[in-house]
Amino acid sequence: MNTSFQTIFDTYNWEMTLNSINAKTAQDVEFALAKTKRDLEDFKALISPAARPYLEQMAQQSRLITKKRFGNTIQMYVPMYLSNECQNICTYCGFSMTNKIPRRTLTDADILKEVAFLKSKGYDHILLVTGEANKTVGVPYIKHAMELIKHQFSNITIEVQPLHQQEYEELIEANLYAVLVYQETYNRAEYKKHHPKGKKSNFDFRLETPDRLGRSGIHKIGLGALFGLEDWRADSFFTALHLKHLQKTYWKTKYSISFPRLRPHSGGLEPKVEMTDSDLVQTICAFRLLDDDVELSMSTRESETFRNHIVHLGITSLSAESKTNPGGYVVEPQSLEQFEISDERSTEAIAKMLQENGLEPVWKDWENTW
Amino acid sequence: MNDLLTIADKTFQSRLFTGTGKFSSNQLMSDALMACESELITVALKRVDVNNEQDQMLKSIMRPHINLLPNTSGVRNAKEAVFAAQLAREALETNWVKLEIHPDPKYLLPDPIETLKAAEELVKLGFVVMPYIHADPVLCKRLEDVGAQCVMPLGAPIGTNKGLKTLDFLEIIIEQSNVPVIVDAGIGSPSHAAFAMELGADAVLVNTAIAVSQKPIEMAKAFKMAVEAGRIAYNAKLATVKHHAEASSPLTSFLN
Repeated sequence: MNTSFQTIFDTYNWEMTLNSINAKTAQDVEFALAKTKRDLEDFKALISPAARPYLEQMAQQSRLITKKRFGNTIQMYVPMYLSNECQNICTYCGFSMTNKIPRRTLTDADILKEVAFLKSKGYDHILLVTGEANKTVGVPYIKHAMELIKHQFSNITIEVQPLHQQEYEELIEANLYAVLVYQETYNRAEYKKHHPKGKKSNFDFRLETPDRLGRSGIHKIGLGALFGLEDWRADSFFTALHLKHLQKTYWKTKYSISFPRLRPHSGGLEPKVEMTDSDLVQTICAFRLLDDDVELSMSTRESETFRNHIVHLGITSLSAESKTNPGGYVVEPQSLEQFEISDERSTEAIAKMLQENGLEPVWKDWENTW
Repeated sequence: MNDLLTIADKTFQSRLFTGTGKFSSNQLMSDALMACESELITVALKRVDVNNEQDQMLKSIMRPHINLLPNTSGVRNAKEAVFAAQLAREALETNWVKLEIHPDPKYLLPDPIETLKAAEELVKLGFVVMPYIHADPVLCKRLEDVGAQCVMPLGAPIGTNKGLKTLDFLEIIIEQSNVPVIVDAGIGSPSHAAFAMELGADAVLVNTAIAVSQKPIEMAKAFKMAVEAGRIAYNAKLATVKHHAEASSPLTSFLN
C-alpha cells in the first residue's frame, strides 16, 4: 500500500514552512538557478522574496525549458459549466449555497446546444464543471453528461466534487481523461474558515483526493491552490510537495498545475492576501524550473495583457472565451457567473494572438483508443 | 548527523555493500571485507555448500554485525529464482534475497521480465527482495509497485569496472524512486563509487574492483572512504556548474 499524501503533509507545519521560504537568500536563489535538476528546497528559494531580483532570469530559463519539452504549442481547452447548484458554503465562490442566485442544471438538450456552439469554435478538449450537489449532479448525472457528449470530444476532463476511488473508476470506464481538484488552500487551520459548511469543509477528504485518483489509474490529475485565500508562497510550496509525492507514487499519471487568483463574484469576498502579477509570474516560472514536464494551465481569469505575455513563460494550456455560468454560451448567456472572467476575447482572437506570437494552438491532442 | 540507511526492517551505518566472488583466498576476502566495514555482504548460493556447517567461505565472513544477502546468481528464469531463494532462506536463515536472473552467460545482463515476475512472487512469499536490474526507470517503478524493498540498477555490465555508463538513467531512477537505490555492477574505482553517492544513490555494491585489485585490503579501505565522502558531499549539496541563459529580449518588462 502506497503512502498517502496526508502522512507526508502532517510532518509539515505551515508557519515553519513559510519562515523557511522567507529565510532563503540571494545565494540560495543563485544556487537554484545554476542547477539543472532542482529539489523542493530550490523551489522554496525560487518562490522566496529573495528571488524577486532574479525574475527575468527565471523567466528566460522557464521559456527555454518549456520550448524544449513542449515546443511552440499551446493546448486549447474550454470549460462547460453543467450546474451551479451547490450545498457548500465557500466564502469566495459565487455558487455558495447561501448566495441567492437562480440555480440551474443543464438538461440534455441544453448540453447539446452548448456543445454545438463549442464545437463550432473548434474545441476538442472540454472541461465539465459543477458545484457540489450530490442529489442532482452526482456521479450518475456526470456520467450521463459524459456519455451524451463523448463522441464529440477526444478529451473530457471534469472539475467536480471529490469522489471516491470506485466512482472515479466508473467514470474512467466512461472515457474520463483527467480530473482537476484544487485544494484551495493547504492551510489546515484557516481552511475551515473559508469552507464553513458542506462536504467541502472536510479538509482531509479533499487532500486525499489526488491519491484516490492516482489509485484509480486516471490519465491526468490537475492540482492547484486558489491564490488570495492564504499566503501564496506557502500554498505554492505545498502544491509542489503534493505534486512530487504524486509523481513518485502514481508514476503512470500526468500532472498539471493551475494558477487561479481570486476574482470578483456575486456576493463576493476581497482576497485576504494579494498576489500581484509579478508574484504570479514568479510562481509559474518556479514550477517550470522545478519540473520540466508538468503542464501549466492558464484560464481566462487573467487579463489580456497578462495572458499575451505569459504564453512565453512556461504556460502550456489555455482556455478562451470561457463562460462560468451553466448555459452561458447559448442557453442562458445572461445568468450569473461563478466569477468574472478578465480576458473576454473570442476563441478566434486568442488563436490569432498565439499564431502572431509564433505559437500553434493545438485543438486535439488525445485519442481515446490509444 | 544521523544518516542511516534503512531497507525493510534493517538499518545500516555503512552504505557500501560488498560481494564475495573473485578473491584469491577466503582469508584475503575476510580481511578485505573487515577493512571496508560493510554490513551487508552478498554470497552466491551456488557457491555455498549448504549441507556443510563448516563451509569455509561462510565461516570467513560470519561476524555479528554482518548480514548475509544470498543471491540467486546462476538462475535463468523466475521459477528457478524462486526455488533458489527458498533454498537460501532454509540454508542461511534469512528472508533477504538479491534477485539476479541473467540467462545471458556472456554479459550476465539481467532479464527484466523474469525479474519482475520473480519479485512479485517472492514478495508474496515474505522475502525482502533486492533486484539486480538494468538501469531502466520504468522497470524500477514496476518493481516498487510489486513490493521490492529497493532497486539495484547496474552502472555498467558486471565485472567491467567501467563506472557509471548508465548515468542518465540512474539520475532518473534516483529522482523517481520511493525505495532505496543501490548502484550495482560496473563500479570499478572509488571515484565511481563516490560519484554514485554524490548523485544521491543510497548505497553501492562493489565486488570485482576490490577483489581483483593488487591490494584488496587497501582498496577496500579506499572504497569505504569514497562512499562516505560521496554521501557527505550529497548531503552538503554540491556546488553547481553555471548555465547561462540564452540572450533574448526581456520577458518580464510588461510587469513594470
